[in-house]
Amino acid sequence: MAEHKHHILSNFTIFKVWLLLVILTGITVSVTHFNLGAFAVGVALLVACVKSTLVLTYFMHLKYDDKILTAFIFIVMLVFTSFIVLTLIDYIYR
Amino acid sequence: MENTTEHFEHRDDAASKLGMWLFLYTELLLFGGLFLVYSIYRFRNAEAFAECGHHLDLMVGTINTIVLLTSSMTVAMSITALQHGKKKQAIRLLIATIVCALIFMVNKYFEWHHKFEMGTYPGSPTFKSLPHGDGLFYLLYFFMTGLHAIHVIVGSIILIFVIVYIKQDKIRPDKFALHENGGLYWHLVDLIWIFLFPLFYLIH
Repeated sequence: MAEHKHHILSNFTIFKVWLLLVILTGITVSVTHFNLGAFAVGVALLVACVKSTLVLTYFMHLKYDDKILTAFIFIVMLVFTSFIVLTLIDYIYR
Repeated sequence: MENTTEHFEHRDDAASKLGMWLFLYTELLLFGGLFLVYSIYRFRNAEAFAECGHHLDLMVGTINTIVLLTSSMTVAMSITALQHGKKKQAIRLLIATIVCALIFMVNKYFEWHHKFEMGTYPGSPTFKSLPHGDGLFYLLYFFMTGLHAIHVIVGSIILIFVIVYIKQDKIRPDKFALHENGGLYWHLVDLIWIFLFPLFYLIH
């Protein structure tokens, strides 16, 4: 990736990402109308993860920026998941 | 070497962007802590949380989601417009973003107002008589969406500064770090809402 050339997102790309985000919102809202129980939680969180990845990659420009910024996102997520997992283990097996 | 100054500013911009991102990581962890609290309380009060989720207005939540997504789009487009030298278009798109923020806050006001009328706000007599799980749900609902709403207000103020700086030519097609960083903050607001929305409005 060329470090010195600044990448400018095209309006069409931005619009496409927005459209995808709106469609995903539509999917996640309509899924709640079916009573899927625990499965619904998984779908809602999965859609949220896909949406946030789209926002981070394109809107927040991570795809075109220094990869150290993306690496730190993974570190933040790793810290967060370890805390969630450790705390839940504590509560489940207490 | 015409590129010398431009090159120098680019390197400077990279540093300021890294600084902005470091701040955004701490913001993610701040909300991460709240999501952790939410998961544990939900785990322990699954039924109450599912029941209370039904009492939130899904319509308002969905509209606000679309409004925030649209505002994220207009911010990204304003950055594109400015970098192509279209100053006026950039300003118009930023104004559109702030209008979206206002719509979001007005919706939030009506939503909260309704909850206040029902008396399910922390500290009210009705709230104290609620079952434990319901109380925790509304406590987290008000705290997390409230903290998010503060971020919406702060983000709008930052964007107002960006508009003023574009008008004063302090932000230019060759010097746009503040514009991009302000945009990043706005996208973070959107990012957090992407998770708040399913957790409170969708998961029943």
